[in-house]
Amino acid sequence: MKPKPNSRTFTRLLAVLLAFTFVVAACGSDDADSGDATVDTDLTVAIVAPSASEDLAFTQSMVDSVKAMGITPQITDGTFIVDDAAAAIRGYAEDGINVVIAHGTQFGGSLAEIAPDFPDTTFIWGTATDTQGLDNVFAYYPEADQGGYVNGVVAAQLTQSGTIGVVGPVQAGDAVAYIDGFAAGAESQGATVNITYTDSFSDVALAAEAAQAHLTNGADVLTGTAQMVVGAVGVASENDIPWFGTQANQTPLDEGLVVASQVYHWEVVLKEMFALIEDGTKGGQTFALTLENDGLVIEFNDGYELDGDTTKLAEDTIAGIIDGSISTGG
Amino acid sequence: MSEFFTLSVLVATLASGIRLATPYLIAALGETIGQRSGVLNLGVDGVMLLSAFFAYWTVLETKNLWLGVAVGIVVGFVMGIIYGIITVFFHATQGISGIGIFLFGLGFSDLMFQKQVGTPRPIKQLPDVSIPLLADIPHVGEALFQHNLLIYVAFLLVPIVTFMLKRTTFGMNISAVGENPQAADSLGVSVAQTRFTAILIGNTMAGLAGAALTLELGIFQANLTSGLGFIAVALVYFGAWRPVGVMGGALLYGLVGATVVQLKALQVIPRSVSDIASMAPALLTIAALIVLAGRVKAPSALTRPFSRH
Amino acid sequence: MKRLVGAAVPLLAALFAFLFGAIMLLAIGANPWDGLVAIVDGAYGDGDALATTAVKAMPLILVGAGITIAFRASVVNIGGEGQIVAGALLSTVVALALPDLPALILIPMVLLAGLIGGGIAGAVPGALKAYASVNEILSTIMLNLVMVQLMNYLLRGPLIDPIEVERGTRIPQTERLSDNAAMPTLIDGTRLHLGVVIAILAAIIAYIVLWRTPLGFRLRAVGHSPEAARAAGIKVKRHVTYALSISGSLGGLAGALLVFGSEGQRMVTDGSSAGFTGSAGFNGIVAALFGALHPLWTIPSAFLFGGLLTGATNMQRVLQVPAALAVALNGLVVIFVISSDPVRSRIDRFLSSRGELNETLKSEKPVDNQEIDA
Repeated sequence: MKPKPNSRTFTRLLAVLLAFTFVVAACGSDDADSGDATVDTDLTVAIVAPSASEDLAFTQSMVDSVKAMGITPQITDGTFIVDDAAAAIRGYAEDGINVVIAHGTQFGGSLAEIAPDFPDTTFIWGTATDTQGLDNVFAYYPEADQGGYVNGVVAAQLTQSGTIGVVGPVQAGDAVAYIDGFAAGAESQGATVNITYTDSFSDVALAAEAAQAHLTNGADVLTGTAQMVVGAVGVASENDIPWFGTQANQTPLDEGLVVASQVYHWEVVLKEMFALIEDGTKGGQTFALTLENDGLVIEFNDGYELDGDTTKLAEDTIAGIIDGSISTGG
Repeated sequence: MSEFFTLSVLVATLASGIRLATPYLIAALGETIGQRSGVLNLGVDGVMLLSAFFAYWTVLETKNLWLGVAVGIVVGFVMGIIYGIITVFFHATQGISGIGIFLFGLGFSDLMFQKQVGTPRPIKQLPDVSIPLLADIPHVGEALFQHNLLIYVAFLLVPIVTFMLKRTTFGMNISAVGENPQAADSLGVSVAQTRFTAILIGNTMAGLAGAALTLELGIFQANLTSGLGFIAVALVYFGAWRPVGVMGGALLYGLVGATVVQLKALQVIPRSVSDIASMAPALLTIAALIVLAGRVKAPSALTRPFSRH
Repeated sequence: MKRLVGAAVPLLAALFAFLFGAIMLLAIGANPWDGLVAIVDGAYGDGDALATTAVKAMPLILVGAGITIAFRASVVNIGGEGQIVAGALLSTVVALALPDLPALILIPMVLLAGLIGGGIAGAVPGALKAYASVNEILSTIMLNLVMVQLMNYLLRGPLIDPIEVERGTRIPQTERLSDNAAMPTLIDGTRLHLGVVIAILAAIIAYIVLWRTPLGFRLRAVGHSPEAARAAGIKVKRHVTYALSISGSLGGLAGALLVFGSEGQRMVTDGSSAGFTGSAGFNGIVAALFGALHPLWTIPSAFLFGGLLTGATNMQRVLQVPAALAVALNGLVVIFVISSDPVRSRIDRFLSSRGELNETLKSEKPVDNQEIDA
């Protein structure tokens, strides 16, 4: 099952959703239709995020989501220093912005201090699983193990050696969730999964060598998460190895070899939050991105051809996770 | 553990260590030349980031790898002129001006990247070149003689820099102004000119190191070096200002890093202690220096600006 | 007159830096004047901005004062990042272990833990330099890397908030630490906390120790000339170790004050040290050298540099320019101001200096980075 990078049309940078819209729509019947994400609102929005707006990963997923809602947010990006993020969050609140999105787990401590000072402002904070008891804070997190599981199941169909390599950053947060879900999915299909954490979010060269080490040890399919994986994707490209992505659609990194990406569609939960805000609820609830609510979408690269059986298996897996018959181990 | 001691894994680890060591080696050799002349440059990381970005951008736009290498070198050269002016003519405190260069490089390369490129887009990587005959030696050939051209260049620079420092008039002048600028000055050696040239060479090599890094990986993103330039500065002390020693340090650091990554891939190192294991390159570099440490004296005039008054 | 020149030259240099910054701003389509206004406004515009600047300056003062002590003893300390982390970790452990102690006891204890943690992280490279001839630039850079991994290991493992494990979210952070250890806020509604005062006091104490105590005399003697110090009966190796230990302990104190003052009462990692320290370990070096390696001058210097950092964040937010531009601008300011320093001293000399402080400074300038032989 060699990858067939047939339609290398460079104009089609973004992959399209394949047949899954149908399945998901059928199962997640209680959801609003996912076709049009725009909301009609006068609320002003600002985003404070730790990495660059166009990082093809964590920050971009949020910026794209807000823009998909037809809202042009103010953005302060690259604030990985908690102190600077705190200043920016407070600054936006003082400016009278209605909704401040603090897109970084590490900003929680600052938020606990700032939010009570601005009761009329809603702060949206993630990834986080609780609102710290603050009634003007909404929290959000992805159940990244779900998409990881689907990617793992598909990856197991592509490996001939039976070994799959994973390159992770520091063992924490949704990186662990994605990787554990991926491993559970691949192992459910009988594949062996070797996981390497490089213990750095920034060391691209080390991520590349980690991928290389997986290849030495027989891996013929790779995945990974966080911004330093661009190094690992480079190794996959060089060696013609299929790659699975997460957080944002990573197809632009290699249009022939990226099989699928788990993409975070925050707009699904943001829409619910905005509706609550319009109705006068300023916070106090936590939202999860799941396959069921379309917050997590497995976007397949149509430049990488999968056979019918694999596609069907992927659909069934997604359906199984949604109806609860498959446990992702998360 | 036994999986590690198979020939193919050992060979792959050696090759991986050499790849990892290369940017450290080139940058540290350049820093060695500067420090021998009495100039500390803490800005290596910033210069590497700038040259890496411009090399990457050039290749992205022109698809010409060697033009990218050339641009990386030129950017290093230009930064050398700037750093030379700052340290030699303005006598700025070297540690701090280097941090200034680092911050500027970190910010400016990121800014240019965001404005000109946006998202990380892959470029062609430097192709591997097999050295005729040598590459055919079983195993050894695979580990040592199937790398990209800049990796060979890095290791060839070791004897070249050694020769330059030891056997050429310029090299003698460098040592003279690094040890005793007053005496060198009274003997008619221009301290300013010698130091300026040493800085130019050092920064140009940092530029080459940045280009080597981005073209080996085929990608650029913010803070691509991830502090690599600072480690290169540290390795100069490991090598006690001798190119061969610096090479030893770079190889040690790279090989330990590669070994840890390999052992993780083999799942020999359990996940529970992954980050503890990641300390190994830093800790072993210190440990090796404790064992090896002779009483090597730094260039006496290191970090001291010179003026005739 | 001398004072005036002393202030005018670096200000002029900063102006030049901003000129370059203005060009960068123009190039990306932002108004440079608005940029300057945003920086000054964000740094010193109102009480809130001043408080934020003071909070930002706090670790710079401490690290800077520590750098001063090390440099005076002729030891270079690039390990501020690791020492801040070490102090923060040890103080966090203490707060986790003894959450119920009353504030009057717990606060001094966490501060002491910070001092000790940073002190150990400084003593190791100090002893390595003194007794094993391991260059401290190498060991401090390497230990920075080690401390990051230790932080990540502890925060995702032994010290992690049990709730994070229970929920499976595994965010690498401690539980919210005892409020009894929290630095009191000095002015309600601002971020100004007691830690800023403690940092200033620590810098003053560093000055007194360095210039008014036998220990300080011996440290400076070692820095001035190890041979002469040894001839005078001073134990050089031991004092090199002391110098880096004291330097490290001030960084460690900054770490404790970050956890219990500036950053929401819990320790969390984004995988890097800069995410937690805000690169104070490096920026503190800049503050110390701006302050001419004098603990007292480090204080205003840290306020200036801290202001630049908060102002740049404000400019980023107001003008919607990338953070990267602010980082590059900070680099330019450092380069220009430091390049102006010798110009200033030349003018100083020309004006035949009489100022007491500057005299002291000149005669006390350390012999840079001299190796110590056994």
